[in-house]
Amino acid sequence: MSLKIRKGIPLIDQHDKNGMWGGKFGGNFVPETLKKPIEDLEKLFSKLRKDKSFIKERDYYFENYVGAPTPLIKLDNLTDHLGGAQLWAKVVSENPGTAHKVYACIVHCLIAKRAGKRYVCTDTGAGMQGKNLAMVAKKFGLKCKIFMGIRDIKRQQKNVIVMKKYGAEVIPVSSGSQTLVDAVSECMRYWVANCENVHMVIGSTVGPTIFVKISGYSTSQISRELKVQLKEEFGKIPKKLKLLNCVGGGSSAYGFWSEFIDYDKKQVELIGVEAGGSKNSKLHAAPLSNNSKLGILHGAKAYCIQDSDGQIGETESLSSGLDYPSVSPLHCFLKDTGRAKYTSATDEEALNAYKLVSKLENISPSLEPSHAFATAISLAPKLSKDTVLCIDSCGHSLKDSEIIKEKLGFYTE
Amino acid sequence: MKSEIQLTFEECKRKNRPALLTYTVASDPNKKKSLQIITSIAKYADIIELGFPHSTPVGDGGQIQTSSNRAIKNGFKMRDAFQIVNKFKKIYKNKPVILMGYYNMIYQYGENNFLKNCKKVGVSGVICVDLPWPENQKFAKKCKKKSISFIQLLAPTTTKDRIKKIIKDSHDMVYYISMLSTTGGKLKLSPKRILDNYKKIKRINPKKNLVIGFGITDKTIKSLKTADGLVVGSMLCKTISNSLRMGQNPVTKLDKVVYYLRNKIL
Repeated sequence: MSLKIRKGIPLIDQHDKNGMWGGKFGGNFVPETLKKPIEDLEKLFSKLRKDKSFIKERDYYFENYVGAPTPLIKLDNLTDHLGGAQLWAKVVSENPGTAHKVYACIVHCLIAKRAGKRYVCTDTGAGMQGKNLAMVAKKFGLKCKIFMGIRDIKRQQKNVIVMKKYGAEVIPVSSGSQTLVDAVSECMRYWVANCENVHMVIGSTVGPTIFVKISGYSTSQISRELKVQLKEEFGKIPKKLKLLNCVGGGSSAYGFWSEFIDYDKKQVELIGVEAGGSKNSKLHAAPLSNNSKLGILHGAKAYCIQDSDGQIGETESLSSGLDYPSVSPLHCFLKDTGRAKYTSATDEEALNAYKLVSKLENISPSLEPSHAFATAISLAPKLSKDTVLCIDSCGHSLKDSEIIKEKLGFYTE
Repeated sequence: MKSEIQLTFEECKRKNRPALLTYTVASDPNKKKSLQIITSIAKYADIIELGFPHSTPVGDGGQIQTSSNRAIKNGFKMRDAFQIVNKFKKIYKNKPVILMGYYNMIYQYGENNFLKNCKKVGVSGVICVDLPWPENQKFAKKCKKKSISFIQLLAPTTTKDRIKKIIKDSHDMVYYISMLSTTGGKLKLSPKRILDNYKKIKRINPKKNLVIGFGITDKTIKSLKTADGLVVGSMLCKTISNSLRMGQNPVTKLDKVVYYLRNKIL
């Protein structure tokens, strides 16, 4: 299979019979126990995608619960301040879950209901996934377990409190680096032992193929809205459009881009921004922009931070949500086909971007999208005024208030 | 020519008892001690499973995770696993050793290179936890070419149709996961239920050596002794952790535990 993107087919469906994109990324490298539950989920999902009542229900919740569409706004002050390209933000965080995670959580809970499962479980890094699943599960009457690294529990306390308020059980994960990677492992272990009654939700476009697909299917709502909004604002899709998105696992970036992948890259450029870690440290969470080797983690083959033996490497980022050693097979595929470009921003650059954006504009991006803003801020002055830089502001900063206060000395919501 | 694994099962059958398979992690608690451990317990164990530890073991419970982390922290490298087997096989020439681990380690080492080294040091079989059927077909063929058994797993969730296909593609031994759990979980099913499931699988191909693993301890092993083989892993890893905590020698502790397990199934 060649490394070529086919037009007119969603990227999530461009895998082969082994669940691999370009014959190279993704797959189902899972313990035998999970083969059957995964196969059941594949069958159910492919049926539901064609089921009008399912789609109607999904759209009902997207509109009436998430509040679709989330706003697309021009950042006039930031544009004036930087001089150069126009800056726009799709404020995806303007929803009750304050992050893009809400889409996949709704879709997963709808699937769990149809599968007759009463329990859902998930992993969380920054706590956005945990908070959203807790919130949506409560709405749908499902019991919810959230796996979260102890280190993340400490640095994202605000979200932990919210998860508990929604009635979810938060399971602290003390193994390994005590961050997202360990939370995902522990969640998968829990599913191995309880797959008969529990529906597992993976927080991003990572994991076995079906989870990549469901996550991407759900977040695609973002670019469907964006396409309409851009046409409303500009009369058509702008001639020079750049879509910037932070990339951890990569679910918000895929959702932000999916409708635009078929456009010529000279017209619509896709730029993913990974977490470069602290500028004084060699550690990072940016496998794509650092040319990490292919590896197998959490059931999928993808570029992965690891040592020569194949032990998963340590990562570092101020943003828990991007602090993951691997990345979606979809983004590996987009990188190798040349359709998207990937770069990284450091902790310091993200903090400075947060500072500037929240000072000049009425939005307050969390540390994750602040990475994308950092790249946008450095690009904008070099670009012409007819270039449209659009950033996915996929999370709200409130969860980061303690970190921001500590680093910058103040926090404004 | 019959493999060491096959011969071992045949011998156990003649003695009318199941084969005892032990699982410990290479380089746990360190390289030297882990060699001493398997050399010592091989007096009572029929087949030695040696894990190559991975930092992200999604199929393993707390005990094996702790052992794996300890080994990695003590500097485990893939070549150490081969060196341990090499030294072990110089003492126990005919005792089968099975290497067990996660696919990323084999993938990074290179499948061919991995198998070349397995052959060189005398590894009899390989278990790869996260390389299920049909994804494993290519690698399984490579194993077969080198006369190394690729050992597949069956789970309580595996459908009958799938079991047939897996058994058809299997080599000397198949591993039945007793229950829905990671390794080392408490036995959720009664031994009778586990054996009922076991017999259903056996009926598909009675000649295939089928072992049961997951949740087997000194308390449960006796009730499962009609199986072809029984794997004890987490209990041994736990014994290592406990003896280190108490300042005892894990080698002598494990020797006693495996002796005790062996007596339970005679």
